Amino acid sequence: MQNAPSREILEKIFRTAYRIRVFETEGIKLYRQGLIRGYFHPYLGQEGIATGVCAALNEGDYVASTHRGHGHCIAWGADVKRMVAELLQKETGYCRGYGGSMHIADIHRGNLGANGIVGAGTPLGVGAALAAQIRGSDAVTVTFSTDGASNNGTFLESLNLAAIWNLNFILVIENNQYAVSTRIEESTRDVDLYKRGTSIGVESHQVDGNDPLAVYRLTQEAAEKCRAGKGPILIEAKTFRHMGHHVNDPGKYMPEDRLAYYKARDPVDRARNALVEICGAPQAEIDAIEGEIAAEFSDAVEFARNSREITAAEFRQFVADY
Amino acid sequence: MYREALREAIDEEMERNKLVFIIGEGIAERGGSYKVTEGLLAKYGSLRVRDTPIAEAGMIGVGVGAAIAGARPIVEILYIDFAMLGMDMIVNQAAKFRLMTGGDGRVPFVMRTQGGAGGGVAAQHSQSLEALFYHIPGLKVVMPSVPADAKGLLKYALRQDDPVMFLEHKHLYMSKGPVPDGEHIVEFGKGDIKRSGKDVTLIAWSNMIPRSLEAAEALAKEGIDVEVVDPRTLVPLDKELILTSVAKTNRVVIVQEAVRRGGVASDIASIIQEEAFYDLDAPIEIVAGLNIPIPFNLELEKASVPQKDDVIAAVKRCLHPEQFTARAAN
Repeated sequence: MQNAPSREILEKIFRTAYRIRVFETEGIKLYRQGLIRGYFHPYLGQEGIATGVCAALNEGDYVASTHRGHGHCIAWGADVKRMVAELLQKETGYCRGYGGSMHIADIHRGNLGANGIVGAGTPLGVGAALAAQIRGSDAVTVTFSTDGASNNGTFLESLNLAAIWNLNFILVIENNQYAVSTRIEESTRDVDLYKRGTSIGVESHQVDGNDPLAVYRLTQEAAEKCRAGKGPILIEAKTFRHMGHHVNDPGKYMPEDRLAYYKARDPVDRARNALVEICGAPQAEIDAIEGEIAAEFSDAVEFARNSREITAAEFRQFVADY
Repeated sequence: MYREALREAIDEEMERNKLVFIIGEGIAERGGSYKVTEGLLAKYGSLRVRDTPIAEAGMIGVGVGAAIAGARPIVEILYIDFAMLGMDMIVNQAAKFRLMTGGDGRVPFVMRTQGGAGGGVAAQHSQSLEALFYHIPGLKVVMPSVPADAKGLLKYALRQDDPVMFLEHKHLYMSKGPVPDGEHIVEFGKGDIKRSGKDVTLIAWSNMIPRSLEAAEALAKEGIDVEVVDPRTLVPLDKELILTSVAKTNRVVIVQEAVRRGGVASDIASIIQEEAFYDLDAPIEIVAGLNIPIPFNLELEKASVPQKDDVIAAVKRCLHPEQFTARAAN
């Protein structure tokens, strides 16, 4: 493997990927128990993308996410306690229970938020990149987008604005090959979505989204190019969901052999293997990391369950000037 | 002039705060279709004064994103009709962000655009669409009628933290009026009495203010003393000013250029009947546009939106409802 990232980075990548895996797997259980309501779009199977991308970014950069946003939040360093609290609609949650799964944001740390409208994160991310340019900052903004969103008009409109204004913007298309239940082959003639960037003069790449290290390397290069004034850059990361569109979608339309193909290339396994194979991390250390992350999630659930909800009086005060 | 007052506001705020910038179609070198941004490119450069492609959803969305990230964008949309292409960004993003983030996220985004009929520019360039934005919680809706308000409200818009729909009128850009010297700020939610009177309260905004004032002058010659109330901002609405005037005159006419159905006038009428029913001596009159798209033919266009004579007639009906038997019988 050429230019293997440092041990520190490899461990960070594994920890993040595993943290997302635990969050989603355990979160689904909480959903089934009725503790979490509303929509829950699991990031299972796509962990390699958020993990690799965010590991390559700096403090002060921005990310904008999708409806399937837990992974991006975690990879951007969100506090799992406050995330679980938000899903449990508690006052200690990132949005004090006003937003929920689809709107978790941490604006003070440059997370512009998940978004319930497919495609909306792209113009918002370009806007953050524009704000950085106006301020004279070299901050990079990444919008995580989707194959579904790439058929929305804002995809072209905003990527084109980023291009004509040379913004420090990276558009990551997580191509999981389904727009809810519609196969990508039914929504476009050319399933290689990176070509759409090329067609408007944006440097564009395709990467195996289930390979966190490859995603990390490519993002690192892209961020460097952006900071050198060569942005924006588009990255198409091919991947596959491990289940349906949301918790209550069994995903029967996803062919079993395709699912097996991608599960055999599981991004969390690959992150773990990298740590073992490249750094020679012993099994005991892997077990310790996994135990630590599982305990962190249990603590977060405890924290959220013990937190209170917004009171009616606080609510009235908050919305008084609407 | 109205357009100069707007330019002064933008200029002064860009001077004052380096995070204020403006984007739109043909606003840089050309100075905008209505010459509001003339000279700004030369003064502030292409970093902060930029032309955009014809991509309303993109430019509105980018403005909203920049605002979320702490800048203070002004996005100029050539016609309010074109803002419809960016409605997701306005309605689902800008308006909701503050609440969805539990108050952590703010969106100091200003969309300047213009609407209204009167130029023979037909159905897709003549609408008055303030009710659409009025209906969406989280947006401020500003409709200045005179140059001084245009300047003061725009300056205020660029200093507060919520998304603002700053709705100008294509017929007002060349209108004249005094603008106070020095720092002139008009806060949101503070209406203005444009003409004081004792017989009838006439509530109007934007281009219906000059039209209502003309009607009021004509009525004055017949001894009818009309008070013209300009809320200036529809959201927030200065209910207190309206209710105080109603308590004085006991009669209300509301004039809006927008179509009648689902309009702001209907909502103001409902607020008055809820909060000041026993102050009223006559049914509230609403003068509004017909419930149709604006036709191209100039005579038909005129017939589609309130004219001075429509306002005069409504004031008279309001003063003597008993003489209008069909209505009284209902």
